[in-house]
Amino acid sequence: MKICAFHLMPHRELPADFEQRYPSVWVTPPWSELADARRVGQYYNWTLDELLAAARAGFDGVCTNEHHQNAYGFMPSPNLMGSVLAKQTNDLDVAIVQMGMTLPTTTPPIRVAEEYGMLDCISGGRLVAGLPLGSPMDVNLAYGITPMEHRERYREAFELVLKAWQAPDIFAWNGKYFQLAQVNLWPRPIQTPHPPVWVPGSGSISTFDFAVERNVCYCFLSYAGGKAARTMMQGYWDVVAKHGLDANPYRAGFLQLVAVSETDAKAEAEYARHVEYFYHKCLHVPPHWLSPAGNQDYRSLLAANRNPVRRQENTKELRYRDFLEKGYVIAGSPATVRDRLMDEVVKALHVGNLMLLVQIGSMPHELTLKNIDLLAREVLPALRDVWEDEGWENHWWPERLRKPRRDPVGVA
Amino acid sequence: MTSPEARTVAVWRKLVPFRVHVKGQGPAVVFFHGPWGVTWDAFLDALARRFTVYAPEHPGTTPGEPETIQHVQSLWDLVLCYDELLDQLGVSTASFVGHSFGAMVACEVAALRPSRVGKLALLDPIGFWRDDAPVVNWTLVAPAELPKWVFHDPDGAAAKKLFAILEDREEAALARTRLSWAMGCADKFVWPIPDKGLKRRIHRIEATPTLLMWGEHDRLVPLVYEQEFRRHLTRARVEIVKRAGHAPHLEQAAEAATVVAQFLAG
Repeated sequence: MKICAFHLMPHRELPADFEQRYPSVWVTPPWSELADARRVGQYYNWTLDELLAAARAGFDGVCTNEHHQNAYGFMPSPNLMGSVLAKQTNDLDVAIVQMGMTLPTTTPPIRVAEEYGMLDCISGGRLVAGLPLGSPMDVNLAYGITPMEHRERYREAFELVLKAWQAPDIFAWNGKYFQLAQVNLWPRPIQTPHPPVWVPGSGSISTFDFAVERNVCYCFLSYAGGKAARTMMQGYWDVVAKHGLDANPYRAGFLQLVAVSETDAKAEAEYARHVEYFYHKCLHVPPHWLSPAGNQDYRSLLAANRNPVRRQENTKELRYRDFLEKGYVIAGSPATVRDRLMDEVVKALHVGNLMLLVQIGSMPHELTLKNIDLLAREVLPALRDVWEDEGWENHWWPERLRKPRRDPVGVA
Repeated sequence: MTSPEARTVAVWRKLVPFRVHVKGQGPAVVFFHGPWGVTWDAFLDALARRFTVYAPEHPGTTPGEPETIQHVQSLWDLVLCYDELLDQLGVSTASFVGHSFGAMVACEVAALRPSRVGKLALLDPIGFWRDDAPVVNWTLVAPAELPKWVFHDPDGAAAKKLFAILEDREEAALARTRLSWAMGCADKFVWPIPDKGLKRRIHRIEATPTLLMWGEHDRLVPLVYEQEFRRHLTRARVEIVKRAGHAPHLEQAAEAATVVAQFLAG
């Protein structure tokens, strides 16, 4: 089992009536009314300190990702964060998991191959290369990419990046979206033939096929928890089986929100408002922005219109105890969190690469460190050896880090 | 209202089969529809009493042929597809009528071969951009709100027809899908700002007699854009349609058809 600490770098101090006053947390929230650059500098430093604390405390990896024009998670460049993390963890067996630099918005996309090459060199071969499609809000709304071209552009960029890492000689790329007469990548990554590739998704079936056909790790980045993900993840494992591939749990990653305290009651007292802040404010986006016309192919669009998946729950109407009960969030004492993670996520979804969102919404720095500390000392040791006994090899993890980490020490 | 003839004409090495609604007698008029597809309506039917109306379906919007859009990669491809279509239809000269996105396409096709075009009627056209009056991106409007953005009267018959909520589940799913896909097929050529170089090419049709028709209450493309078009088209005149939004030919079909037909015949 590999367990990473994931961070969104959210705005932690949005006004109480944010979701009533503003139409969206993404694309349109006015910076001048809502943010202060000096305070935001503090957020970035807290984020780095929290991820470094997780790395030292015993997590197997640290994850950052890319989003634009929003207060939900604003690391427009995950690699700026990743480079600090890589340098500062050179003495630790920790993976730098970039979840990552968005392909369709990076022009030319060999920039992704180059920067990931740098990170792999700086970290001594500890990079996990997330190659995300990017959300419609980031790619279509904030960065102006035509919805109908979003996926095709991603696929071309993906092939180009993989080739740039591996081609022994200079090559020309005469693509539909990108034309480069002489691709000659400097630097190349340490890991050969290339760093492990993770493809994050939000449950779209076409992404299952894409990931399986390329034998990469599919990561379901869900905020609805393991219970709600069962059908979806079973769909992924069905595609894996259909392609005649083994059910290696490390083919899958899953993101789960977690909050640990000494007791269940104390967890509620400490974390309830931060969990509600996350679901009420950080996910405050007009639902139709998630699927602008043309972003889905015609077949998927028709399928979605014929069989609307169960009506998306309005998370603004749910409170802490609902989120807990429905499994959106796993929170409570170390024993509660251990058991629920094991049952609802690891075993139920057959997942080898677990990402834990350790900082949720408005959660302050000190409380985040406490969450990380209790997770590392009280939860991780019980999960670490899962799958080891079955003899699965994590081909989607840096080779030099594949053995279980044996040094969970907590936050010093 | 008798149905028009539906004719399919394959262009672009037969990769793009245009379905064209054809009806009427008299001089040729080509109608370029807007971002929500084309249905034969009272406006087109009225024009067909004096003209031969050709109403092609934008690639990708023909039922059963959604993937056609993949063969049209750029605005340049699209313009040449229409040029091939008009050649194959035998339309050597015609007047062009275009609505919204279709009006921009009409201008581009006209600018390619100005000698083909007699007169130009642009209904609430897009094609330019002003920072002080942004064109609203119809795709980013909540689907339930769209009738309010397109029509002056969102509860009127025209709105109900274009955005009909069908009872049959399968029909409703198909209709929703086609409407959304039609917008995606238009967006392919105008995202994220509908200023794709018309300002550099429109001088080629500067002297074409042009009618600019605008719904008085157009919320998507503000009325100020008539100034942008008039700046480039020296023979343009403006006609404002009261009690209409972004689709005056649907909301005030009789009045719009009378004005457009008189202009084209004059």
